[in-house]
Amino acid sequence: MAINFKDGVILGADSRTTTGAYIANRVTDKLTQVHDTIWCCRSGSAADTQAVADIVSYHLNMYGVTNAEAPTTQVAASLFQELCYENKDALSAGIILAGWDARHGGQVFSIPLGGSLHKQPFAIGGSGSTYIYGYTDAHWREQMTEEEGIDFVRSALQEAIKWDGSSGGVIRLVVLTKAGAVRHLYLPDNGYTGPGVTN
Amino acid sequence: MVEYAVKAVENGGTAVGIRCKDGVVLAVEKIITSKLLKPGANKRIATVDRHVGIVSAGLVPDGRHFVSRARDEASSWRSTYKGPIPTSAIANRLGGYVQAYTLYSSVRPFGVTAIVGGWDTEAELPVDGQVGNGPKSGSGGKVEGAKAGGPGLYMIEPSGLYWGYYGAATGKGRQAAKAELEKLDLSSGNLSLADGVKEAARIIYVAHEDSKDKEFELEMTWISSVDGPTKGRHEEVPKEILEEAEKAAKRALEGDDEEEEDKGEGEQMEE
Repeated sequence: MAINFKDGVILGADSRTTTGAYIANRVTDKLTQVHDTIWCCRSGSAADTQAVADIVSYHLNMYGVTNAEAPTTQVAASLFQELCYENKDALSAGIILAGWDARHGGQVFSIPLGGSLHKQPFAIGGSGSTYIYGYTDAHWREQMTEEEGIDFVRSALQEAIKWDGSSGGVIRLVVLTKAGAVRHLYLPDNGYTGPGVTN
Repeated sequence: MVEYAVKAVENGGTAVGIRCKDGVVLAVEKIITSKLLKPGANKRIATVDRHVGIVSAGLVPDGRHFVSRARDEASSWRSTYKGPIPTSAIANRLGGYVQAYTLYSSVRPFGVTAIVGGWDTEAELPVDGQVGNGPKSGSGGKVEGAKAGGPGLYMIEPSGLYWGYYGAATGKGRQAAKAELEKLDLSSGNLSLADGVKEAARIIYVAHEDSKDKEFELEMTWISSVDGPTKGRHEEVPKEILEEAEKAAKRALEGDDEEEEDKGEGEQMEE
């Protein structure tokens, strides 16, 4: 999931990767950086979404050097959408894109299965998301502070992990603001209360 | 080879571009080579994308091919990035294209120097085809006071060399035109688009002084800011404003003593 808050955006995800019933990785990092302050949450096929994110990352970095200006979140959104739409028959990729840039501040885009593009105040996706539609709709507010935003994302993911069998492990967050990208980690051992910032 | 291409440009009709604080003006002197040519037909300034225009001096067919390539680049940018191409990016791509024509024995360099003018929108840019909106306030694509967009003016030479300019001139009368442009103090960013139109017209008339025996037509286009008269689009300067500017230009040439009178009148024409 990803949300807009007062100073930017926050991305969050659990860390479970499964092959059928088997947990292939319990500490996966599903928050993927495609540029300095443009990140995405990957859901669906791990292989497909990694490949798509790699391609977008390449193009955004090329954009950055050829135009001597960091790409906007819009640029990333259009690249993701083009790839997901043109190859819709071959891909199983649900992507939530969130980024911060100097011109637009924080923005959240959702690119679900068919390759459509939706700009949203916040977005949820993946198997666990069905369980938290009600929770997020009731609790998301405009202009949350960073602390409120982190609490909101963490609580929502905790709920998804609780109810969804295919979600679990740790909670990873990335906060994107003017200050750059800051990673957070919350472990199940202590009820997802810490350790917090990891970089 | 490039040197010969530059020679071709040096004899073309004068073209100028002025980068104003709230827009860009492009103007060209079209020498009338035959009385049988229909006035107002045979345009020499082309629209490349909604917000970009190109005027060139030199070989007209080369200019058309150049514009065609510019349109392809603008359209290709739109299909990859789902938004308008920045003026700096199209200038860069065209510079690369022109440079490539100096490299091979099978082709000759472009016989044009082109002036590319554009306005990069200062409004929030959605991704083409996007559905929905971010939050109403706070973040989500609505940074107040963030510096974005603005005018762009570039001149590309037959060698592929290109620079960004406050005021650009090429073609036969470029020396006179440059001298006039330098007097305008464009770098301070105070010249308004409305005044820029008048100056551009005047400069084309001044630059024509040396070849007075030939008749000419003035073609002029502009691109304003999003809240200006063209709403960020590249368009022809409306007939009334063009005629007003031409009248003022002729008056300025006849005698520098009575130039002041029309000032207020011309400015009311916009919007």
